[in-house]
Amino acid sequence: MFPTPIEKAPRSWQLGYQGLLPVMLVAWLLPLIAVAMFSIKPDVDFTNGDYWGVPSRFAGFENYGKVFFESDMPRYLMNSVLITVPTVIGAVALSCMTGFALGIYRFRSNLWIFFMFVAGNFVPFQILMVPVRDLTLDLGLYNTKLGLVLFHVAFQTGFCTLFMRNFIRALPFELIEAARVEGVAEWRIFWYVVLPLMKPAIAALAVLIFTFIWNDYFWAVVLTQGAESQPVTAGITSFNAQYRAAYHLMSAGSIVAALPPVAMFFLMQKHFIAGLTLGAVK
Amino acid sequence: MTHATLPTTSAPLPRRRNAQAIAPWLFLAPGLLFFLFYVIFPVFQSFNLSLYKWDGLGAPEYVGLKNYRDLGSDRAFETSLWNNFKWLVLYLLAIPGGLFIALFLNQTVTGIRLYKSLFFFPFVISQVVVGLVFTWFYDPTFGLLNILLGWVGLGPINVLGDPTLVTYGIIAAGLWPQTAYCMILYLTGLNAVDPEQVEAARLDGARSWRMLWFVIIPQLRPATFIAFVVTIIGALRSFDLISIMTNGGPFGSSRVLSFYMFEKALSEYGFRMGYGAAIAVVLFLIMLVFIAYFLWSMYREETGR
Repeated sequence: MFPTPIEKAPRSWQLGYQGLLPVMLVAWLLPLIAVAMFSIKPDVDFTNGDYWGVPSRFAGFENYGKVFFESDMPRYLMNSVLITVPTVIGAVALSCMTGFALGIYRFRSNLWIFFMFVAGNFVPFQILMVPVRDLTLDLGLYNTKLGLVLFHVAFQTGFCTLFMRNFIRALPFELIEAARVEGVAEWRIFWYVVLPLMKPAIAALAVLIFTFIWNDYFWAVVLTQGAESQPVTAGITSFNAQYRAAYHLMSAGSIVAALPPVAMFFLMQKHFIAGLTLGAVK
Repeated sequence: MTHATLPTTSAPLPRRRNAQAIAPWLFLAPGLLFFLFYVIFPVFQSFNLSLYKWDGLGAPEYVGLKNYRDLGSDRAFETSLWNNFKWLVLYLLAIPGGLFIALFLNQTVTGIRLYKSLFFFPFVISQVVVGLVFTWFYDPTFGLLNILLGWVGLGPINVLGDPTLVTYGIIAAGLWPQTAYCMILYLTGLNAVDPEQVEAARLDGARSWRMLWFVIIPQLRPATFIAFVVTIIGALRSFDLISIMTNGGPFGSSRVLSFYMFEKALSEYGFRMGYGAAIAVVLFLIMLVFIAYFLWSMYREETGR
């Protein structure tokens, strides 16, 4: 335990620590708290120049109501869901297989293929931008959700393979040996022996990829335009152009856009952190 | 398997061995093809494209290394490169910052788990929203920053409108989620610190700083390594915040390579795909230094076991 557990410290230190915690938290989240407060203020507060005072009345319902019923926001949200969910399924499915192949079998190019996935995953997006945009145009998928999904699946496979392969490496190999001795076919070993053991890794990856893809902005701008296919991260900029200087609506819109990954994080916290910190301990 | 008399330790049948040689390639095929198609080949295509002049529509015209020569005299490129360097160095502050917060939160008091999750919050939010939030935070007329500065008697500053401050302002915004990420890495790492070693060091009279430096930080090495990897990649990939907060301005002073490349290749002022590709290649080569180092570390670990 480091630093020294606070229970062993004098009573006054303990109280000081417990008092300091909320203060630090408020300071840390100050910009967010400000936005949350903006989003429930009525219009008139801003025109009066009263940005930071207590809201003159609670206008949360009308602000969020406008976001949901009088703007393109629901469409953007829907697009985000239709982009994110298939990507998660695709990337996790592909990487279960690649991770299995690289984690279980010994063959000469194994490590090189693994490193190719890892290196590709670190590449700056910009070097892919022009060719991938061209490819998507050629396939007739520019400005479609499918075009975005296909690229995301391919790119995320790099990270997911790294993750899955390391997870499978840590499984007891005797299980697979035993199954082989029993004469179980390779695909059955994958399906009935290894896959059930991978559930925690699948859960962790699914929440991570969900967050990554939901929050993607660069590819959304490069591969789509317009409300019919843009996800919410790109949509929020047009939303803001529409409500320029209407800070209460822009704040409400931002919060709506940010909420799904936040909800995902709080619901699946254990898996999320397990995924992010894989490899952080030996 | 014909008879139960076969000893179970017998060598695998040839057919089985065959299956074991083919199976990995069948499992790899879909993922590998996808990845080659969308990630690996495009890298080489970009290299090739950087030798051409192309507006994205007509036929590309081969110009050799002209794009790279032009970069040498491009002031905007110079600014972007310099800003990338600032990002790279200052973004690393997220690592000690994250360690500090992790140490602060590494206690067992009521509600600490909720505190940890709330401190982690900024990382989960999209960078687009982080950018918006910080744009308002810095706003010269009503932003919270200037109100706070006013309390201590400092004049209002327009962070995002000042060419000398703007990059630092954006980096500060980027540090917010990145520090949260490093914090969570270190919290997990601290969980696994060997309590016996800590006790032993304590008996030897090691106190806070020495203990931290000589006992705790060495044990946190895996966490530090990952923190380095993700922070460096994050710094070189920075795009969202710049695009949202300043769009490269004022006067292009907050551009970085990734943003400048996007601007050149896809801006309204005409597509210069080849030139953009050349910028991307430079960015890639910078990244390659780090990628090579990461892979080398991983390689040593893989073969060391």
